[in-house]
Amino acid sequence: MLELLCRSAWRGASRLALLAIALGVALGVAVSAIHRAALDEFESGLRAVSGSADLEVVAARGMDESVYPLLARLPDVAYASPLVERELDVAVGARTLKLRVIGLDAFRAAAVQPTLLPPAGDIGRLLEPGAIFLSHAAGQALGVQPGQTLKLGRDNTAFTVAGWLPSAGSGAVLAVMDIGEAQWRLATLGQISRVALRLREGANRAEAIARIAAVLPPGVHWQTPAQALERADRLSRAYRVNLGLLALIALAVGSFLVAATQAAAIARRTAEIAFLRAAGLTRAQLFRMLIGEGALLGACGALLGIALGHALVALALTLIGADLGAGLVSGVAPALSFDIAASVGFGLLGVASAAAGAAWPARDALMIAPAQALRAGHFGPPLRMLDSRRRTAAALIALLLGVATASLPPLAGLPLGGYAAIACVLVAAVLAVPPLARALARRLPTFSAVPLDLARARLMAEPGFASRSAAGVLAATALIVAMAVMVSSFRSSVDGWLTDVLPAELYLRGDRDRPWVDDIEARLAAVPGVERLEAIRHQSLLLSADLPAVALIARPLPDDAGRVLPRVGASVASGALPQVWASEAMADLYGWIPGREVDLPLAGQSLRVQVAGLWRDYARQHGAVVIDLARYRALTGDTAADDFGLWLDAGSDEEGVARALRDASGKGEALELTSSDEVRRLSLGVFDRTFAATYALEAASALIGLAGIAAAFAASASARAREFGLLRHIGCTRRQIAVQLAAEGLLCALPGLLLGLVAGFAMSALLIEVVNRQSFHWSMDWEVPWDWLAVIVFAMLAASTLAAILGARGALGVAAVRAVKLDD
Amino acid sequence: MLSLTALDKTLPGTPPRVLLQALDLDIAAGEYVAVIGESGSGKSTLLNVVAALDRPDAGRVRFDGVEVSALDDDAATLWRRTRVGFVFQAFHVLPWLSLRDNVALPLALAGVSLRERRQRACAQLAAVGLANRADDSPTQLSGGELQRVAIARALVHRPRLLLADEPTGNLDADNAERIAALLRDAVKSGGACGLLVTHSATVAATADRVLRLGRDGRLHPADAHVDA
Repeated sequence: MLELLCRSAWRGASRLALLAIALGVALGVAVSAIHRAALDEFESGLRAVSGSADLEVVAARGMDESVYPLLARLPDVAYASPLVERELDVAVGARTLKLRVIGLDAFRAAAVQPTLLPPAGDIGRLLEPGAIFLSHAAGQALGVQPGQTLKLGRDNTAFTVAGWLPSAGSGAVLAVMDIGEAQWRLATLGQISRVALRLREGANRAEAIARIAAVLPPGVHWQTPAQALERADRLSRAYRVNLGLLALIALAVGSFLVAATQAAAIARRTAEIAFLRAAGLTRAQLFRMLIGEGALLGACGALLGIALGHALVALALTLIGADLGAGLVSGVAPALSFDIAASVGFGLLGVASAAAGAAWPARDALMIAPAQALRAGHFGPPLRMLDSRRRTAAALIALLLGVATASLPPLAGLPLGGYAAIACVLVAAVLAVPPLARALARRLPTFSAVPLDLARARLMAEPGFASRSAAGVLAATALIVAMAVMVSSFRSSVDGWLTDVLPAELYLRGDRDRPWVDDIEARLAAVPGVERLEAIRHQSLLLSADLPAVALIARPLPDDAGRVLPRVGASVASGALPQVWASEAMADLYGWIPGREVDLPLAGQSLRVQVAGLWRDYARQHGAVVIDLARYRALTGDTAADDFGLWLDAGSDEEGVARALRDASGKGEALELTSSDEVRRLSLGVFDRTFAATYALEAASALIGLAGIAAAFAASASARAREFGLLRHIGCTRRQIAVQLAAEGLLCALPGLLLGLVAGFAMSALLIEVVNRQSFHWSMDWEVPWDWLAVIVFAMLAASTLAAILGARGALGVAAVRAVKLDD
Repeated sequence: MLSLTALDKTLPGTPPRVLLQALDLDIAAGEYVAVIGESGSGKSTLLNVVAALDRPDAGRVRFDGVEVSALDDDAATLWRRTRVGFVFQAFHVLPWLSLRDNVALPLALAGVSLRERRQRACAQLAAVGLANRADDSPTQLSGGELQRVAIARALVHRPRLLLADEPTGNLDADNAERIAALLRDAVKSGGACGLLVTHSATVAATADRVLRLGRDGRLHPADAHVDA
């Protein structure tokens, strides 16, 4: 039985189906393995920082160092280790790398974070001025050795590499220096980033936490090391899952291909199957054999995919980085290792999807009556289909299920309901192909041209073939349409959003860690050609230990702030409380809806504010809050500024003004000054590069869909060799058979395309309104690229027709003429 | 009407296999000729060469003054469409067309109007004993019935040359006898040339002449011991 299965599997196999399964498995394994490697290393970095701490006290942008003695004096705390953490740019050749720099107190860290310390003999060197120790990964990434000078940050502050950190995680790119040195040299005087705490043995944890929480000022939180890991995971989860979804789509397309090729292979092997049945193979054995063939094909695809996936991992880690270019996890240089869990998981999914693809045609094979099939002149079993009532019912159920799952809230922060709804839409669309194909064929007139008439008659008689051959085209069209509408809507919304958030002509960007604190505002305003300027202050707020930090943006806002912000929905009139504008992510993650009163931890105090309304923010998916600058300054006393927006006098020389601004700032060429047009160009450039991968995906899915139709027609042509042979005998020219095949390709592809269009629009709605909303918490305005879609439809229609002819070109040859002879 | 002159046909291989060699045959209008021979002797190849589906290595095939063996593929197809009727051992009736549409296929290819081809197809079905079955599906028919449909299809466009390749090979004796008679009547009543290839002595006996394709690639008068 096994031998029979192995031998027969390859005859029915399609290399294309195998490749599609391999691609799906490879993509899934690669995405999972890269992130697992990155997160493992990130985790080891976090563990090094947390050390053996039971708890950590953290704040988004640091806390006053006075918090440390408050904690250290608590009776429940055995050890408290304060840390300063900064992430600094380091120029390495033409590239700029991010280096995580940790300032620590060696005596405190020895009890809590010993892995962050240099070897015992070098610990004393930590106190030397300008001394910095590097992890081996950091030394390797930066290309420096002990004794060499390392320049950090935009100011190129120079340090001397004093030695290595042998116990730091192998992939963690980090550096350690004395905490005092860090505060002094890295401009965080009086500030610390976190305090790692070890509780006394026997301390009541709940009571200890309560006492710790009681001494923490607003904006400072306690967390467990596990919560930090969860937050790190959450940072990239939506991005990771969306990439994983693409892998599942590839597997689904592979499954369609397996179904198409297996169906045709069964038609070709009717006599063989009939003989096996006559020789004693039971229906159950036959079913298992055919499912086994699909599973074997899937297993081969999975093995290929696992190998390909790990090759992709190696390539991606070299070329793009551990976060797949998303900029989510920095300071990490993971090593390539075999990801058993992802390999097994996606490998099994590959096998399962191929076996599922084989199941449908296997049911057809069970219908083969041995006596009839072994008789001469038998043309193969009819394709098995659900009757139209059941099919309609199944499609409706799938649609209803889709509507139900689309309205589910996110699960674990993921739009799983949205994904399920997309799958339901696809299933409903595939179920609707045969009735639509039959209806289209019925409405066609009787052609005087024989090939067209034959194509019409065949489609009417076997609409199931349209379903099998066009499922790939349907899935590909749906994916292309959905992505095209989503990307077009997103791009147009981002374009509009950039106009709203970049009202000034020039933008001066400062160093987030070193805000402008002197009279810079007056100096810039005095520059000839500057009509007016607006200062902008950025802060970071940690509102929950479980969620990433939220951005606070203080900028001048008029009374009707909704006029200058990309407002979404209604707003509330100003009242007694200060008002803030929350991004859509704030509404989703924290429930900050218009009118709600919330506490904002600012300047060490908790301030009651009211949410005036929501605004659209494509820059910060974890949340942002905008407050009027004057109100912020009045509430906090913080008069510093990070960025400036500048409006120029009409007709002024922009370059001349820029030079004057550089001089006035005292920073010269180091000043980051960009026109809003340039920011828009760069932003849209980044957008286009980010979504370039989706264009490649669309092209790949189109090719796979066309390959599906070609494979179906190739296998069908093989099964229909006698039919074409007969037609040639009675006077059909090769051209007429080619026209018949083209017409069949067209008639099969047309329902697939039409339903693909409908499903694509439904999927784009789900992507825009559910998946993006729940993954990234942003809305967008619809923008349908009609001209592009028209091109896609006609190109797919033409390509499907061509694929059908190319796939079935064997039917035009001499072999078909001879196929009418039984003893050939 | 049909004239085969000095036909040669050798299958390439090691060693090459000679199927037809200096083969001559003339069949007059209304004459029905049967060719018998061992399996693999080249009987079907002979039919393919006659139908211009295969080219001889040497020699000529002429029919009604047309040198068929010199026609290119398209011209040969058009000639076959109007002049030739084929009957196969395996029937080759398309399962997704009704009986009437199967029979009407040659007429459709010849550009006959829809109404006329339907009428003629129904009439031809009636002629082979399948009246009132025009709208049936081929899947509902027995082997003998399917072969009658195939014969109706071969005759519906009134071909001048009827070629039959083991037409009774899949039928029982009773059905074989009926089909053989049907073929003979069709040739005789239509004044066509009939060339039949068969293993069956009984079926061959319905022909005007019985020839045996020998291992030497030539046709010989059949002897009594060809098929018992």
